[in-house]
Amino acid sequence: MKILIKNGHIIGPSQGIDGIGDILVEEGKIKEIKMQDEKNKSRESCIMNRESDARTINAKGLYVFPGLIDMHTHLREPGYEYKETIKTGTMAAVKGGFTTVCSMPNTNPVNDNSSVTDFIIRKAIQEGACTVYPIGAITKGQKGEELAEMGIMFSEGCVAFSDDGKPVMSSLIMRRALEYSRTFNVPIISHCEDISLSEGGMMNEGLLSLTLGLKGIPSEAEEIMISRDIALANLTKGRLHIAHVSTEGSVRIIRDAKERGINVTAETCQHYFSITEKTVEGYNTNAKVNPPLRTDKDVNAIKQGLKDGTIDVIATDHAPHHRDEKLKEFDRSPSGISGLETALSLSLRLVHEGVLTMPQLVEKMAVNPAKILGLNKGALKIGSDSDIVLIDANKEFKVEAERFISKGKNTPFDGWILKGMPVMTICKGKVYE
Amino acid sequence: MKLSSKDLLGIKELTKDEIILILDTASGFKDVLKRDIKKVPALRGKTAVNLFFEPSTRTRTSFELAEKRLSLDVLNLSVTTSSVVKGESLIDTALNVQALGADFMVIRHSSSGAPHLIAKHIDATVINGGDGINEHPTQALLDAFTIKERIGKLEGLKIAIVGDILHSRVAKSNIYLLAKFGAEVRLIGPPTLVPEELEGLGVRIFHDMDSGLDGVNAVMVLRIQMERQGKGFFPSTLEYSKNWGLTSERLSMADKDAIVMHPGPMNRGLEVASDVADGPKSVILEQVTNGLAVRMAVMYLLAGVRE
Amino acid sequence: MSKELLDKKDIDRILARMAHEILEKNKGTKELCLVGIQSGGVHLAKRLAGKIKEIEGKEIPVGSLDIAFYRDDLNIREKQPAVRRTEVPCEITDMKVVLVDDVLFTGRSIRAAMDALMDMGRPSCIQLAVLIDRGHRELPIKADFAGKNIPTATDEDVEVSLEEDGLEDKVTIK
Repeated sequence: MKILIKNGHIIGPSQGIDGIGDILVEEGKIKEIKMQDEKNKSRESCIMNRESDARTINAKGLYVFPGLIDMHTHLREPGYEYKETIKTGTMAAVKGGFTTVCSMPNTNPVNDNSSVTDFIIRKAIQEGACTVYPIGAITKGQKGEELAEMGIMFSEGCVAFSDDGKPVMSSLIMRRALEYSRTFNVPIISHCEDISLSEGGMMNEGLLSLTLGLKGIPSEAEEIMISRDIALANLTKGRLHIAHVSTEGSVRIIRDAKERGINVTAETCQHYFSITEKTVEGYNTNAKVNPPLRTDKDVNAIKQGLKDGTIDVIATDHAPHHRDEKLKEFDRSPSGISGLETALSLSLRLVHEGVLTMPQLVEKMAVNPAKILGLNKGALKIGSDSDIVLIDANKEFKVEAERFISKGKNTPFDGWILKGMPVMTICKGKVYE
Repeated sequence: MKLSSKDLLGIKELTKDEIILILDTASGFKDVLKRDIKKVPALRGKTAVNLFFEPSTRTRTSFELAEKRLSLDVLNLSVTTSSVVKGESLIDTALNVQALGADFMVIRHSSSGAPHLIAKHIDATVINGGDGINEHPTQALLDAFTIKERIGKLEGLKIAIVGDILHSRVAKSNIYLLAKFGAEVRLIGPPTLVPEELEGLGVRIFHDMDSGLDGVNAVMVLRIQMERQGKGFFPSTLEYSKNWGLTSERLSMADKDAIVMHPGPMNRGLEVASDVADGPKSVILEQVTNGLAVRMAVMYLLAGVRE
Repeated sequence: MSKELLDKKDIDRILARMAHEILEKNKGTKELCLVGIQSGGVHLAKRLAGKIKEIEGKEIPVGSLDIAFYRDDLNIREKQPAVRRTEVPCEITDMKVVLVDDVLFTGRSIRAAMDALMDMGRPSCIQLAVLIDRGHRELPIKADFAGKNIPTATDEDVEVSLEEDGLEDKVTIK
């Protein structure tokens, strides 16, 4: 099948593309990219004239991005299919403009061995709407005690390792993980939380947590672990990637580490630059997430960190939960936000606000994740997979959680009016509108 | 004037005028409680369910008696006999109780916000009987009633709250209430139990008992939970008692007409010395009596909100 | 449209007559006490007691009764009645209690007031004195002493305003 995307504003930061042009897709690969001749705008593109048998998509007024890559997704399968499956999760991803997602290992059983990795990859090939790369556990059972078989999982297809949801509390085990993973040149994604400090915590620590009577988690619980992991990365020369950065202090610590030349990358999630702890008011379990939503000053620091490059990636931390689980007492409700279907629109606000340029946004959501994980993705270039998303940056819409494709309707953004959304995703040779 | 909400979830949610209404109404009920016949037919034919997910004798009996004196039919459900142990969700439990015909639900729960969650899903009136470390609104109301009765006003008073503020829903509710009346609230205790952030509510924080008690009109002593020991909040009850236990010597720092309050149950000799608890400044048992009147007033007024 | 039915002088004359009637019926002031229903009845009870003192030269106890806790319309009233003080300065057991109210309408307030009185003791008898009887009874209740009978429509409002509340003494119908 041939697809011709015509007259879109193509943003391909990895190739330095930023302008109006056409893209021809053939057999699931990008066959040709033709930028508009600045001097002769009225002329029909030469691709158009030649490829009359292609399905033509008029992308006039739309942006054309490489398919987005979410390096932090919880697909829940195997084990928690009532929350999400590989099928529903990847369909939600495609709707959200993602053509690649990386599934976190906190499934049941935990993805800490090659048979689980293999199961996820097979299932994703059969049922997945987009490409799925599994992330393996750092330690067996995510217990933080013994290293999992990283090498075997790597050869089976894992692209990174993480005990996400839990920190590796032992500095020794974390050191070993960062050292050992150098063999395969894969990143260790660290969920930074000193659980001895955060134990029992449910939201950001401060006056609001006191007045709601909810045990707080101080920013320091995150920052202490980031400092430790950065020190260990410096010691081991391993590749450290910090998951879901949420605090001002974390941004400062990472910025400082990067200035010192330490091999560290970092991600944040759309909710950490969109809302604050105030969203928790009224015991809103949909705003319960770990790390917790912070304050205005943290939101501003996260934005600054994205702007100056301290934070490399916007990841969704898509964490779907069943409705019944979120309809519980706040302390008994699980943490997490269903994020795939709102991440891009919330991130586009950064462009509308002038925090990021459009090419920078594409870097955070496609180029850099591919680079960190070593994927041959995230680029609009001839010969690469035809993972493409078309964005209407000005279209306003209302977030309706009940209409999410994801099984997880748990979002604090329900009812929000957002500007900008993906209108078409081309992925694995299929066109999703 | 009416209360604006069908539920009493916390002092935070009340206006000053609403609190005054409750206190004024409570004095009407206090008169009733002095009569031979202490029961009024105000809420005859209605049903109250005391849904207690956390053990409590004091608060439950106070609510139960208040309900009976309003001619309510009363049902007590405690966690050990309820189906929560069988895995039923909180909302399902509440819906079942409502289906039995409950007009009022008094909720005591270890999770902050549990009454708020229930109130969102049922039509019956929900009264917070203490949730987690959030609020215990009727306790603060009865404390305010007691202060007002003894001292005549709340405005401009200096009131000290001593002890484990961090984990005390009683302290939180009292702070919100007293702040609405412009009283000077002083929190006294070790920094591990008195978080600095509370200064954001306009309170003054003292770690030294003597300077904190200087000139206060009332001292509210909080119960020290034995289970806090060994968790790093303070090294031992002995050390706590030495530093923050209310003795008659320390009480002499307070105003000469100061009153001593305690929400109970007391650890005699730990947070409060026996001679203080039993002394002439103690209003601890009056608080218990006033609790009945205040709870009657709350339920009576909330019944007027329901259509 | 509001129409004035009674003015200050009218009210004064009516109360004087009622005081005489109360004394006549009870053969003096022995074991007599007046209890005004909050809020309008309380002022009238005090005025009646004043008149009785002028006539007999004797003070009789005057109390106030709040009937909020005894009402049967807690749920249907748009405005919840404020709870006012109940103060009865004597034991009412074996007393002749004259309940005093401003307007007698459905009779439900009087029913509530009688229940409230009964919970306070056992009077030897209860009598009812009202300034205005406007008809439309919903209960078998009749005033022993009625100042003035005024035929009304159910949707009309009879309002008694008194100087004790900082207003002008008058009765109006709207």
